[in-house]
Amino acid sequence: MSSDETSGTVERMAGAEPVPGSAKTDPILVADGVRRSFGGLKAVDVEHLQVQRGTITALIGPNGAGKSTLFNLLTGFDRVDAGRWTFEGRAINGRRGHQVARAGMVRTFQLTKALTRMTVLDNMLLGAGGQFGERMAGAFLRPVWREQERNNTRRAMELLERFKLVDKRDDMAGSLSGGQRKLLEMARALMTDPTMIMLDEPMAGVNPALVQSLLAHITSLRDEGKTVLFVEHDMDVIMGISDWIVVLAQGQVIAEGRPSDIRSNQQVIDAYLGAQEETAATGGSDDD
Amino acid sequence: MDILSILAESTRSALGPIAAIYALAAIGLNFHYGYTGLLNFGQVGFMLVGAYGVGISVVVLELPVLVGFAVGLLCALVLALLLGIPTLRLREDYLAITTIAAAEVLRLVYRAGFAEPLTGGVYGMQNLSAGFRSINPFDGGARYGVGPLSYNGNHLWVLVVTWGLVALMVGLTWMLMHSPWGRVIKGIREDEDAVRSLGKNVFAYKMQALVLGGLVGALAGCMLAVYQASIQPDQFKPQVTFFLWVILLLGGAGRAFGPVLGAMAFWFLMTFTDGVLRGFGSMGWLPFLSGPDYGAIQLAFVGVLLVLLIVFRPQGIIGDRKEMLINVK
Repeated sequence: MSSDETSGTVERMAGAEPVPGSAKTDPILVADGVRRSFGGLKAVDVEHLQVQRGTITALIGPNGAGKSTLFNLLTGFDRVDAGRWTFEGRAINGRRGHQVARAGMVRTFQLTKALTRMTVLDNMLLGAGGQFGERMAGAFLRPVWREQERNNTRRAMELLERFKLVDKRDDMAGSLSGGQRKLLEMARALMTDPTMIMLDEPMAGVNPALVQSLLAHITSLRDEGKTVLFVEHDMDVIMGISDWIVVLAQGQVIAEGRPSDIRSNQQVIDAYLGAQEETAATGGSDDD
Repeated sequence: MDILSILAESTRSALGPIAAIYALAAIGLNFHYGYTGLLNFGQVGFMLVGAYGVGISVVVLELPVLVGFAVGLLCALVLALLLGIPTLRLREDYLAITTIAAAEVLRLVYRAGFAEPLTGGVYGMQNLSAGFRSINPFDGGARYGVGPLSYNGNHLWVLVVTWGLVALMVGLTWMLMHSPWGRVIKGIREDEDAVRSLGKNVFAYKMQALVLGGLVGALAGCMLAVYQASIQPDQFKPQVTFFLWVILLLGGAGRAFGPVLGAMAFWFLMTFTDGVLRGFGSMGWLPFLSGPDYGAIQLAFVGVLLVLLIVFRPQGIIGDRKEMLINVK
């Protein structure tokens, strides 16, 4: 990544100390005391976490560190044992998944969830919010929702254009390749017009040729002013595009900071990077 | 054995009121399974509450037949809510377990001794169709139609109303499924978490689909009551639900016309095999079988048909094979 990228990073994260639970100047997401156990195992135990608005924040950690669980908790796809968190100043703990999405925090999934027996365009249109025709009684009043449908279709086509899926619009989503499905899922998430996007391993299972394009899309999301929080394993990817990195181990935040801080953090190297580089050296792939 | 008369009888059966009633119930199941992906193994329970809604209203409460229909539909609404509220938030198999059990429990309750004052217990209810026949525009005693495809006025009236309801419900299905509402419903069938992540209240949509399909199933039950003029609890055994599943898969799940074609094909084949078996029997080709065994052979035939269908044409008569096989997650 270029040098102006780095300077932008510095500006975006100004005033944030590279310590666990550090305060940000303009946090969009603030979590306190988020806990979740499975039986005797404490999967997530996050004391305090803030995510800066308009940045790309990466959530990393060894397998079983609780990254995906934390993701599920924050987005309302799992229930916490304890804890509260606010999104744009409003408490959203205890809200269900669809309510969190409507509040403007949309997520994707580690195992891509393309709606396989629906067309790419229908996948996209499903993302649009506030559709009159999605009410059961409204479904019969085609003249009422026709205009809205047209506008949504126009917006969907613009996004498909941007994600280079426009030629596939009438194909079944199940006929797309793994990488295209990731792109579709990201585009579909954008149809909800979110302020924050949570990407659960966006690069998992993606052909290396597509990784660069996916990365470009993620940075362009940030450049449009959206906040991105993502879980990822690939260290090159993380170091390259993240403004801020949060390291999770055994459910706890053990470190936070800019990529350069994390690279030199001995605790992180012990807990994660060492293991990661070993696997990389032996050519093993990492997926949990 | 007169093959022509067997074919004529099979055609009559495929176009008859029972085929129409099964088509209606299968349309309800199509909402559940074909579009929403809900595993309902108790569709017969909705038919039962619909049929007894008419029966109890007409015979015990002496209300008009249309009020009976309303009561039947109301019972189905309550049943759908009772089934859906505890199970629709859980994994899909819980609905399957609950529905199959609930339908059986309903049958046992309706046939129980303590329910006899209301439901007639094991004897069921009789004289249900007087009200329905009183609004019959045809002459009940006259015969209409040609040759083997002729019906008396009362049956023709049932036939017209039931196929009319089938047409209405096919239209309703088509309209709903070509709307944004239907898009959400189909999305839930594919992956409900994905739909939830896009801000849709999945539970509410599943509940709407469950209620809608249950109401259509109850409507089929109502028509069964007025067609037969009598109902017995034991005609609502689980096998009816499985016939409906065969019909749905045979015709094509997730297609508006699937249940209709499925019901016609199913009853054609049922009558045809019955006719052929009896024909063989009368010619002495089946010395090791007696009359009552034919029913069992016929059911075995339905089972074989279902197996062959799943192997060679999993998408049904009008399904899209490519779409069917695409679903590898």
